[in-house]
This record gives sequence, structure tokens and C-alpha cells, in this order.
Amino acid sequence: MDITTTAAAVNAVYGNLGVIGYGLAAIGPGVGVGLVVSKTIESIARQPELAARLQVTMWLGIAFTEALALIGLATPFIFAVPAA
Amino acid sequence: MPRPQEHKLFTQALNLLTEATTEGGGGFEAPSINEFFPAPIFFEGTPFEINRIMLIRFLITAVIIIFFTLWASRAQKATKAGQLVPSKFQMIGEIALNFVRKSIAHEQLGEKDGERFLPLLTTIFFVVVGMNFTGIIPLLNIAGTSVIGLPLVLALVAYFTFIYAGVKKHGGHFFTSALFPAGVPKAFYILVTPIEFLSTFILRPVTLALRLMMNMIAGHLLLVLCFSATSFFLFENQSLVALFGAGTFAFGFVFTLFEILVAFLQAYVFTLLTTVYIQLALADEH
Repeated sequence: MDITTTAAAVNAVYGNLGVIGYGLAAIGPGVGVGLVVSKTIESIARQPELAARLQVTMWLGIAFTEALALIGLATPFIFAVPAA
Repeated sequence: MPRPQEHKLFTQALNLLTEATTEGGGGFEAPSINEFFPAPIFFEGTPFEINRIMLIRFLITAVIIIFFTLWASRAQKATKAGQLVPSKFQMIGEIALNFVRKSIAHEQLGEKDGERFLPLLTTIFFVVVGMNFTGIIPLLNIAGTSVIGLPLVLALVAYFTFIYAGVKKHGGHFFTSALFPAGVPKAFYILVTPIEFLSTFILRPVTLALRLMMNMIAGHLLLVLCFSATSFFLFENQSLVALFGAGTFAFGFVFTLFEILVAFLQAYVFTLLTTVYIQLALADEH
């Protein structure tokens, strides 16, 4: 790639780094929530009579895991440089 | 693979959207964080500015008070008259109250402690449900919990309640057992104690407030995006591109249904977490 096309590509990129940050922050919780739910489904399949109690634990697990993604969503606002 | 014609139509629509957004002159209005800071209506310039969201909160507070007064007075009248079959309106209230009582308080705390903390848990649950629900009520259209004030107050109430519960039961031992968990080799306390302090006494209230607020913000922004795109496609275009409006409207409708689920779920999670924190503080062994 020569210099002009690189410059053109760089010029075409605009937006906010916070968006990339949120994307990164969402990876871990995404995997985590998936794991929590899949294990709960497995457990319910093994012991359907425990379904109610397992679901409560599942919501708790999801709430704790999800918090990371939500903190990721909040940080761009918290650390934003106020416009002059 | 989309056929070339469709592809062309799609890129045309996308170009229209980006053009309208970057030019900013009429047309498509992308949602921004300013949605949550509407212009003040009363008392402008004082610390007690009342804006749209505050008015919605007052409205919901009034609605909750009216509903609970009606439920309570009718229940009293019915027991005096010896009438055992509740009306439909009464049934809704009793089912909702019983949900918090049986499947949250009694399940997690047991009958005795559950009854002790039931008024607080019921209040938290119904306030959060009511305030979340305004996000999907037409003409109100914004959740009372989507600005940090209300979630923060509720989280602080939960925070001081679980500390109160722990201190009342275990005294100063509550803090030592929370910060220095038993069964850890002494040298590891250098690592464990700061982590426990951060997670128990700082991150718990912060995540409680943030989880609720961010869910409501994200939901509101999604709905605004869907419906403002619908209005842009349908009313500002005469060509075939207007058909995209039907698609964005369908997405908006589905997300509205999803928001109903989220409103209940977040209230449930908030109340459940408060209960679990109280339960952990009351537990004999940490």
C-alpha cells in the first residue's frame, strides 16, 4: 500500500475510541453469560426438579458477569474530556 | 448473496442515512446522550430544576402510592366484611406482592429475616418496575431510572441496609470477617483484603446503580434509533427506499417487547441482589 492510499484510508476513519473500548469490554461478558446459561441448561436437563432454584442462581450469575460490560459502557462518559 | 439490485438499493439507503446524519440539516436524527438531559421546565437555574424525567418520576411515585392505598384499603374492607374472594384488581396486587414475598424474600432469607426486610424489598421492587416501565409507555417514552440519581439512591439504600444487617447481627466482627475471610493463609491477606474491600464495599453499590441505569439507557437509545430511522425512511423518501421503514419499524416493535422483559428483569435482579447481599451479611460463616 503506498502512502496516498494509506492517507486516504486514515482520513476515512472517524468516530470515537470509546466505541472500540466498549466492543472490547463486551467480549468477556458475552462469553461469560453464554457459559452461565449453557451450564444452567445442562443442569436443568440433568435435574429438571431443581429448575426454579437453578434459574435464580443463573440470573445472579448473569447479573455479576454483565456488570463488566456495563462498566465498559459507562467509562467513555465518565472519563470523557469535556468539550472546551 | 443478495442480488445486485437489492444490494444497490441497500447501499443507497445507507448512503442516505449517513448523508443525513453528517449534514445534520433535518432528516435523520441519530440518538445521543443529550436525550437524557432534557431542558428544564420549572425552577430553571436553581438546584431544584424540574425537567421531563423528574416529572415522570413524580407521576410514577403518585401512581404507586395510589395503587398501594387502593390495595390496602380494599384488603382491609374485605377482611372486615368477611369477603374471601378478591376482585381482579386485588388479585393483580396480591400476586405481585406475593412474588416479592415468596420467591425473593422467603426463598433467600428464610421466613423470619424475610419478613423483617420485606417492606424495603417490596418498595425497591415496585419503584424499579414502575420507573423502568415508563420507558415504553407512549408519550412518556423515557425510563425514570435512566438518569443516575434514582438508581444511585436505591443502590445506597441497599448498601446501607446490608451493612446495617451485618453490623446488627455480628457487630464489628462483620467488617473483619468480610475483609479477612477465614481459611486463607495469613500472607495472602495482602492480596485478598484489598480485593474483598473493593468488591464488597465499593463495587457492590456501583454495579447495582450502573447495571440498572445502563440497561435503561441502552434500551432507550435502541428504541430511538429504530423509530427515528422509521420516520426518516417513511416520511422523507418517495422512492423504494421507503420500504426500509417497514423493516426498522418491525425491529422497533420487537425491541419494545424486549424492553418490557428487561424492565421486569432488571427490577427482579436489583431486588434479588439486594436480598443476596443482606443474606451474605447475615450468614454466620463468611
